[in-house]
This record gives sequence, C-alpha cells and structure tokens, in this order.
Amino acid sequence: MDGIHDLGGKHGFGAVAVEADEPVFHAPWEAKVFAIMLASGAAGAFLNADQFRHLIERIDPVCYLNDGYYGRWLGGLETGLVEAGVLTSDEISQRYESLGGSSAARVAARPKTEPEPMGHLAEAPGSQRRISSPQYTVDDLVMTAADSKPGHTRLPAYARGKVGRVVACHGGWVYPDTNAHGEGEQPQHLYTVEFTGETLWGQASESMSLCLDLFEPYLLKPNLSISELSISGLSKSKLAE
Amino acid sequence: MSHDHDHDHDQNQNQNHNHSHEHEPPSPQAIRAEAIESLLLEKGLLAPTAVDEVIARYSERVGPMNGAKIVARAWRDPEFKARLLKAGTEAIAEFNLEGGQVEKLVVVENTPEQHNVVVCTLCSCYPWAVLGLPPKWYKDPAYRSRIVREPRTLLEEMGTVIPDSVDIRVWDSSAEIRYLVLPLPPADVAENIGDYTESELADRISRDSMIGVEVL
Repeated sequence: MDGIHDLGGKHGFGAVAVEADEPVFHAPWEAKVFAIMLASGAAGAFLNADQFRHLIERIDPVCYLNDGYYGRWLGGLETGLVEAGVLTSDEISQRYESLGGSSAARVAARPKTEPEPMGHLAEAPGSQRRISSPQYTVDDLVMTAADSKPGHTRLPAYARGKVGRVVACHGGWVYPDTNAHGEGEQPQHLYTVEFTGETLWGQASESMSLCLDLFEPYLLKPNLSISELSISGLSKSKLAE
Repeated sequence: MSHDHDHDHDQNQNQNHNHSHEHEPPSPQAIRAEAIESLLLEKGLLAPTAVDEVIARYSERVGPMNGAKIVARAWRDPEFKARLLKAGTEAIAEFNLEGGQVEKLVVVENTPEQHNVVVCTLCSCYPWAVLGLPPKWYKDPAYRSRIVREPRTLLEEMGTVIPDSVDIRVWDSSAEIRYLVLPLPPADVAENIGDYTESELADRISRDSMIGVEVL
C-alpha cells in the first residue's frame, strides 16, 4: 500500500534530532506497549511480524507521524487486539476515558469491522525456508516491479521500476506480502539488490549506492540495450561477459 | 496528576499516578496504553511481571555493548572476522546473545574505500540482539526519508564527513536480514591493536559507528 510509512526519499522532514543520553524507554507506557506486543502471541492476537508491520501501516497517518515509534506500535496493537476479538474498541475507549483520557484526542487504531480471516498457524522457527530453483544469481541485472500494490509489501516506492544488480542470494524466506494477510508463508527467494544513486534519484544524485533485500516476485528480467545499461552504471560485469 | 481534567468516571483514579515525577498530564497514548494493559491484566492475558521483565532485558542485558564486543573481537582476531563477514549469525553464536532479530545477521565492513550505513525506511528494523532497541532518531521520519537519498549530506549534518574518495553504500533493511556495520578502528588504535584487550577496544566502539552514522 502507498502508506505514510513508506518514507524513503520523501522531502521536508528536516534535521535528524539526536537525543543525548537517550533512555531505552522515554516513559513507562512505552515499555508497556513493547511488553504487551511481545506477549500478544500468548494473548492469541498475533500471528507474525509481517501482520504486525501491516497493522502499523494501517494506523491513522497523522498519528503515524505525530505519535512516535511506540505510539505507532500502540495503534497497531489496538487494531490487532480488536480484530482478533481479544478486546473491543468500546471497552478500550470506555476504560481510556475512565482513566482520564480525552474523547477528543486522535486515536491511531483503525480496526476493520470485518477483519480479514486469520487462520492460526503453528509458530514456525524463524523465517528461512528451504526452496529450490532461484531465478537469479549474483551479478544478474534485475528490474523491480513498477506498480503499487494493495496490502503489505516490502518493495519501497522509491525503488519501483528500477534496474539493479544482484549482490547476494539468501535462499527462501517467508513472503511478507502473503504472510501479513493470513494467506500463508508462500516462501520466495530473497536477494540483495544494489542500485546506483543515479538510478534511484537521477543525474543530480550524490555519489552513493543502495542495497535492498527484495523477494523474487518483486523482480523481472530487464530488457535493456547496452547503451541503457551503461547509463544505469551497472553494466560493468555484464559487459565483460 | 490529571486533576485539571474532567472525570465523569473516577473509579479508576488508581495508584499508577503515584510516580509523580511528571508535571504534565499523561499523554493520550500513555492513558490508552494503560487502558489496554489494565484490560489484558484483568482478563489474565498479560502476566503481571511481563512489563518489568521486558524493561530489565532491554535496559540491562540487550544493548550496543554486545555489538561492541563482537567488533572488538573482529578487530583483534582475523579468523573470527573472516567468519563474521561470511556468516554473521553463526559467528556470533559463541556470544550467546538474547534479544532477537538476528535470524540472519549480515556484517558489512567499512574500508578506506567504502563506508556503510544502515536504515529501515519502511518500519524500523534493527538488529536488537547486537545493538539493543534503536534510538529515537533511527525510527523518526527525518532519518528514514533522507539517509537513502542524501547520505553524504545527512552524515555530515550528523557530524560525520565521508571524503569524496570513499564510496557510500546504504543498506535499507527491507526483509528479515539485519545489518551491522564493522567500523574501522580509530587511527591511534589501528597502529598497535594487539596492545589492547577486547574489553579496552569495546570501550572505544560506539553504537552509532555500528549503524554507520559515525566513524571512530
């Protein structure tokens, strides 16, 4: 989804604010949210990290920017607890107001009235899965998908429709795009793909390169001429063949 | 603490407000977190000790001191360094770290020719077991939006000038692989690294150097 979370390359956020001697948690409630999230599996609310990431992507976008990291977790957590049927929005809101919370305050959580069915899967150890026949290998040039897609995905918008070079192959991994939606693990090959700054940001780019970890369904074989490859700055190894 | 608020239902004006270090009323997020916590506790879905256990783990045992030990060993021990760069998760197994998020740790080495810096633009992925929980700036929009687009400019703003002769490679953690930067040792240390113990070296290694926003 083209959500507020997809921040790479956006302009206007200003300077990075570094806090000296920063505590691990800035307030007790941040630790509560973190602890509840870690414990939520036991509460029967969450299946996996991909689902939780998507819950955070779905919170109110103004809250996403205003509430900070643990505020975002709080919004995702509440949405997840409600959609899993552990708590209701009404009981949370009533308790919140009885504790002195203002009913006028913006609420990050956005539970659906009819959430997606979430089959309970046995918790598998880790996310790596043994699968065969990768389509790409190191030094292959690949083109990323150009289209936005609904739901959870891990191809950032700034890297859509770009040509890069495979620099590492990581075998099969649980596919977030399905795993976040109760559609199973559907493991896919994962690759580290390197892009030049010029490919991502145009000719005025700083001298830089960037690596992303991308799942095979995000990638296509590029159909480029030699001259286009030269422009992309990625042709050296291919032209040498 | 929220005495200047209206309270229609005061039965839950509980003892949790006795911490009394704050002069401001609790934020809506703080109250909402307390509402959810109290409901889960009443339903028996959250262990009463869970919050304290998490604070103890991530405040005391999991943090950048673990990454610093790994980097210090890599500086002193070429054989360990080779294993670390080849397969990070397997190499750090001997440290018995808790904290999670390192199912596959990839260690990227800074050299005189290349500087590495790590981000997660889509959320805030971070190698907890070796660096602890991430600092606020790592999770904020400014760092996530800018480091992938203007790393040289942003690093300089943050106090780290990377010479034009050094390539910058940004690692955007978009899957479950987590990245740790292996920084170059400080110049004075590099000359006679064998004279230092691992513990002395670890004291010289900052969290930020292992994210890649600082050089030592």
